[in-house]
Amino acid sequence: MLKLDEIQQRLLMEVADLHKVPEGAYNIRSNSQSAGRRSTENIEIIPREDGQGLTVKIKPGTQNESVHIPVVMTKSGLKELVYNDFYIGEGSKVVIVAGCGIDNCGTQDSEHDGIHRFYVGKGANVRYVEKHYGSGTGSGKRILNPGTEVYMEEDSTMEMEMVQIKGVDDTNRTTTAELAAGAKLVVRERLMTHGSQNAISTYVVNLNGEGATADVVSRSVARDDSYQKFDAKLLGNAPCSGHTECDSIIMDRGRILAVPGLEANDVDAALVHEAAIGKIAGDQIIKLMTLGLTEQEAEEQIINGFLK
Amino acid sequence: MLELQNISFGVNDEGGEKEIIRDVSLTIPDNKLVVITGPNGGGKSTLARLIAGIEKPCSGKILLDGEDITSLSVTDRARKGIGYAFQQPVRFKGIQVLDLIRLAIGSKVSVSSACEYLSAVGLCARDYIGREVNSSLSGGELKRIEIATVLAKASRLSVFDEPEAGIDLWSFQNLIEVFRGMREKISGSSILIISHQERILNIADEVMVLKNGVLTASGTRDEVLPGLMGTGDAIPECRMVGAGKEGEATC
Repeated sequence: MLKLDEIQQRLLMEVADLHKVPEGAYNIRSNSQSAGRRSTENIEIIPREDGQGLTVKIKPGTQNESVHIPVVMTKSGLKELVYNDFYIGEGSKVVIVAGCGIDNCGTQDSEHDGIHRFYVGKGANVRYVEKHYGSGTGSGKRILNPGTEVYMEEDSTMEMEMVQIKGVDDTNRTTTAELAAGAKLVVRERLMTHGSQNAISTYVVNLNGEGATADVVSRSVARDDSYQKFDAKLLGNAPCSGHTECDSIIMDRGRILAVPGLEANDVDAALVHEAAIGKIAGDQIIKLMTLGLTEQEAEEQIINGFLK
Repeated sequence: MLELQNISFGVNDEGGEKEIIRDVSLTIPDNKLVVITGPNGGGKSTLARLIAGIEKPCSGKILLDGEDITSLSVTDRARKGIGYAFQQPVRFKGIQVLDLIRLAIGSKVSVSSACEYLSAVGLCARDYIGREVNSSLSGGELKRIEIATVLAKASRLSVFDEPEAGIDLWSFQNLIEVFRGMREKISGSSILIISHQERILNIADEVMVLKNGVLTASGTRDEVLPGLMGTGDAIPECRMVGAGKEGEATC
């Protein structure tokens, strides 16, 4: 693909399921440079003048098109901060696939901090997929600190799938959203930490308009000596409904802090939170063992299913 | 063939050691459907768990086709051919019915092959194959899926711990048909059901009665059932007609 080596191609597979140049609009960023870009009739990708990020403009009414903007890093010691702004036109329906893969075989830390801002127009429908992946045997850390801001106009819909399953040493994710009347936000976060990794995920969702709804759900597994913090706050500032859920499996010496927060500033705001942390139920393991799996295989199946 | 030789099992209770199974010896022959019945707290479910390897006996031996499996783990016993259906099936977040059936079979069979096992337990396969085995399923649905996984595993000996528990009257009749069907295809294997239900006892080749951890009767259905139904010492649960819930027996 383009001018990418094997490791870069493998990272692209992991974060964006890309085997070849994607259909539709795309920008592939590799080691802080663009390795390929294409705009389409309806989706324009404009690089920022300082080279640190993109502006993506999606025309109103664009239907069933996609934008891929994956990032891969294979140089140790690279540290970058990029800003990507998305303007999603009224009534459009698009899929945006982001994601970052870092392979660090060196001794210096590699870090990618991406700030994504989404301006979702009236009645637009966005599905956003963001995957993080780290690999490499070097002692240098793989660090990702994504910041996401979502501004949703009336009756727009945004579905966000955030996945980080392997290899990222340190991540601090902050997501904020502002919802106008009738807007609908759905977040599905899946996270697994291992080794001595740290992962912090913070959400602040403001439900500002009548009939706005938010559903923020995190499923996570903390293994080995890793640490996770899930901090989700929903603010109901109008007649609206919101639900947040943190469901976690804890293993080994892992630690998890769940901080669900609700703030109702309107008498007709209906807000719910759920949080559960626990180890894998013994009966689940035994059931799979009665089907012939070893204890370890049973654990893997349970975790895979949980994070699917 | 499964043999239990002088099996005893106890637990440490607040009041000291409590014996749950006392020196039980029995044989589950090939090509037979055996039902173990008896009052609540008599040790039936414990016996099933001992056979599956979930509990280990304090003394005695368990032999499968002559091989001593007493010290084998749950996994090893499953691989040797013991299947076990939970009285209260386990729920899994994220794992689909299809995943569970594939794990039971041990290979990634096609969706249509997996569906056959659901149809066999009276579930509309198309509606269930993609469902998660989580709390969105009712007790009865979960129970049938549990039985489907044991069918899919195709064991030498399949053990069902109170399959009627948690199942409504309408599903229960269907369940009897499932076991009847299994009985017809039993060749080369055997089935052990722990049950209180008369209608399950009626399809048994052999019936054993476990009371206070001791085997008090054992023989063919015709030998054992009349004694259970007709005496003042009869076990109340065995008189239940229909599919009332455990503990709701009216005698």
